[in-house]
Amino acid sequence: MTVTVTPAVLDAANAVYDFTIPATRPWSHVVKRGQILRIVDLEGCQAVDTLFYNAHDFAERYSAQDTLLAQGSAYVSTGTKLVSNDGNVMATVVADSCGRHDTSAGACSCEANTVRFGHHTRYMHACRENFVIEVTKWGMTKRDVVPNINFFMNVPIEPDGKLAIVDGISAPGSHVDIRAEMDILCVVSNCPQVNNPCNGFDPTPVRVLIWDGEAA
Amino acid sequence: MTDKASRIEALRRRYLELKAAGDNLAPKALPGPTAPGSAPVLAAAIRHREEIPGGWYWTARLSRGERLRIVNGNATPGVSVFLWNAEDPSERYNSADTMKLQWTAALPKGRVLFSDMGRVLASVVEDTCGAHDTVVGGSTPASNAAKYGDATLRSTAENMRLAASKFGLGKRDLAPVISFFSPVQVTAEGTFAWAEGKLVAGDFVELRAEMNLLVAVSNCPHPFAPGASFAPQPIEAVIWQGPAPADDDLCRTATAEAVRGFENTDPLFAGR
Repeated sequence: MTVTVTPAVLDAANAVYDFTIPATRPWSHVVKRGQILRIVDLEGCQAVDTLFYNAHDFAERYSAQDTLLAQGSAYVSTGTKLVSNDGNVMATVVADSCGRHDTSAGACSCEANTVRFGHHTRYMHACRENFVIEVTKWGMTKRDVVPNINFFMNVPIEPDGKLAIVDGISAPGSHVDIRAEMDILCVVSNCPQVNNPCNGFDPTPVRVLIWDGEAA
Repeated sequence: MTDKASRIEALRRRYLELKAAGDNLAPKALPGPTAPGSAPVLAAAIRHREEIPGGWYWTARLSRGERLRIVNGNATPGVSVFLWNAEDPSERYNSADTMKLQWTAALPKGRVLFSDMGRVLASVVEDTCGAHDTVVGGSTPASNAAKYGDATLRSTAENMRLAASKFGLGKRDLAPVISFFSPVQVTAEGTFAWAEGKLVAGDFVELRAEMNLLVAVSNCPHPFAPGASFAPQPIEAVIWQGPAPADDDLCRTATAEAVRGFENTDPLFAGR
């Protein structure tokens, strides 16, 4: 497929969809093949946990391992092809003003929070609660929630394996543009985590825009 | 200070308190790999042993407390594993939580494998190798096509589908796997490298089931393993009943996170 739309010329005025996801909330929407989805980190340092499903067959979904295997490197950035569990390219990251996104550390959950931060954090809202709320709208269940992409979240993995969520490198207005290579259902949790630095301890809104592409 | 700034400050302070609380339960230094030839299996306690041919998959049910030893007699590069809670397979191995909760992608002896429910599926109780990969995982038809020029060779992706099917499970029940005997490193540049010289014939990994498990094993070479020809070697799976964990059991006490993971797991079996 040839890229005929360069993200630099995308103008919000021409977007076919424009929505601001409130802090801590879930969102989902179908992005058609050729359309470009932009996620804007409005205030900076806001992790946006994201999953993709084939809009016509939800059993085909984003696979972090297939994606990393195909590209041979550990982080998501411009040029990354987001690969499904069937080995198909679901979408391509065509622009990225942040530079690096995680796809190894997954999403927070109430249960994982108890392990990470103590049992007193059990009853705090979490990304996998958002994911389940959102995927069940489409007839899916927790089974369908798999390790995701964390846009604007910085999780370096060191050669000895050490891995930590560190302060974000995403500035206010940072954005990532994702071109759909098939019709995809995008599911987002605008991360509500306040127990670690992934959102600067202050979850904030993010904006999602969709443009019709001219790509063949 | 504004309301927002003071709220953020309070949360940051709480994070630092949590971190300090965790640090008080300081992680034990992990003991390093199991010495070759040590940690013998008690022959009388073996329930099942079986050779898994190169390229093939294998399934088993483990009861809580049972151990699965995977013996890599020929240093085949990569044996992938996936685990489900046998009583509710919507609970399953979660690579992301396993890494994130333990602050590391390295999973040598002393580490545990977490489910998506904050519980411990299995503990790595013995491990002569110490070089495993849960970031990239296993081979696929696409990786076999790229590496060997043949997408029809056996792959971990297809093996896992087959293994899941033998439990009545399907494609939606699968997620990223762990590949043992796979020394994959992330370089400073963010690329992947295969560390040479880490695999020794006779290496073994032993998992202790911490709940009743469905186990899938795929004996296919890791996609980053060197070698131009597809030549997976047989491995041996041994299921046996090892000693019950002591109060100071390494895997149950090595880190504050493991302690809390077991505090989430043990109630499933309380009173049984």
